[in-house]
Amino acid sequence: MDRLLAIIACFSILLIGVVLFNIRRAHIRVEYSVSWLSAAFVLFVLSQSPWLLGQFASLIGLNSLPVALLILIGALFLVVFFRFSVVMSDLKDANIALTQKIAILEYQLNALHEKLQASDRK
Amino acid sequence: MIQATGDRPLMILIPAFNEEGAVGTVIGEVRALYPELPILVVDDCSADGTRTVALEAGADVITVPYHLGLGGCVQAGYRLAYDLGFHYVIRLDGDGQHDPAYVGLIRDTLFRSGAQMVIGSRYINGGGKHTSFARGIGIVFFRWFLAIILRKQVHDPTSGYVGVNRQALEVFARSFPLEYPEIEALVVLQRLTFRFEEVPVKMRARLAGTSSITAVRSFYYVLHVLLGVVVNILKYQGSTRRP
Repeated sequence: MDRLLAIIACFSILLIGVVLFNIRRAHIRVEYSVSWLSAAFVLFVLSQSPWLLGQFASLIGLNSLPVALLILIGALFLVVFFRFSVVMSDLKDANIALTQKIAILEYQLNALHEKLQASDRK
Repeated sequence: MIQATGDRPLMILIPAFNEEGAVGTVIGEVRALYPELPILVVDDCSADGTRTVALEAGADVITVPYHLGLGGCVQAGYRLAYDLGFHYVIRLDGDGQHDPAYVGLIRDTLFRSGAQMVIGSRYINGGGKHTSFARGIGIVFFRWFLAIILRKQVHDPTSGYVGVNRQALEVFARSFPLEYPEIEALVVLQRLTFRFEEVPVKMRARLAGTSSITAVRSFYYVLHVLLGVVVNILKYQGSTRRP
């Protein structure tokens, strides 16, 4: 159990480090890093507090702390993935709207350009 | 640039993706039959000469910068038509399956009935069916499924040969299903207590190219549309989050 908690602690520190590194390199935006940092922080706190983990295990009716920890990790990442699905859907909608707008504006601009050219010729 | 003129301005909308072999003929047929109607082709970022062929045939063309899929293309056309003040839009496919001879019937039904949507149906009076076996099964299934939801028989729920009036145009300009939009669009209209009518049309074989709906995709199509219909039924109407 101690080894598992140590691995989880290392993993959460590594995750926090990777996320911070990517924020610094501007590979990930701050608002999208919050979910990962929160998940990593929760894992780290639980890995450092077997008592808290025990409370969680008894809350969901489990005797095994490792199983409770794995369930918690799974649940945390499901929440993070769901949040990113919502973000991706919003981005896709915005992307479609922008694409349509660009196509329409390009069409109107071309028409205006042709009109100006025609009036210049006169 | 196309303009909305007259008391009841109507625009022909042709979404097209890699249809250089057929779209010119379709535009030519529409122009020969209805020279007064403006034609807008929405080119879904085709890799072939669809845009050039459509322009040469005399249509106005908007080209989206990347491949959006049928729903995104149709919505772009609806948005432009709505912004330009058109009262009616009739949509034809760019592959030549939709015989432009029936545009007049759809237009007259839109004018006369006051229905928000008029669907050209290949299954009323047994008009030329020209559809694959797999799609045929899908159509039978959705006919049954939609009869329960809409409480009205739809003979050809997957037909893309449709006309809409300005009320439906306003709704679809704001929000339109991205993939396989025809069936979901019907559910959207039903939720708004809009009406639709069906008129008999004959569908032809494609003039060129092949259908993107294969047997495997038909299965995905059924699942996707089923989910889309359920989501549309459950959708919260008050939300303004989506653009």
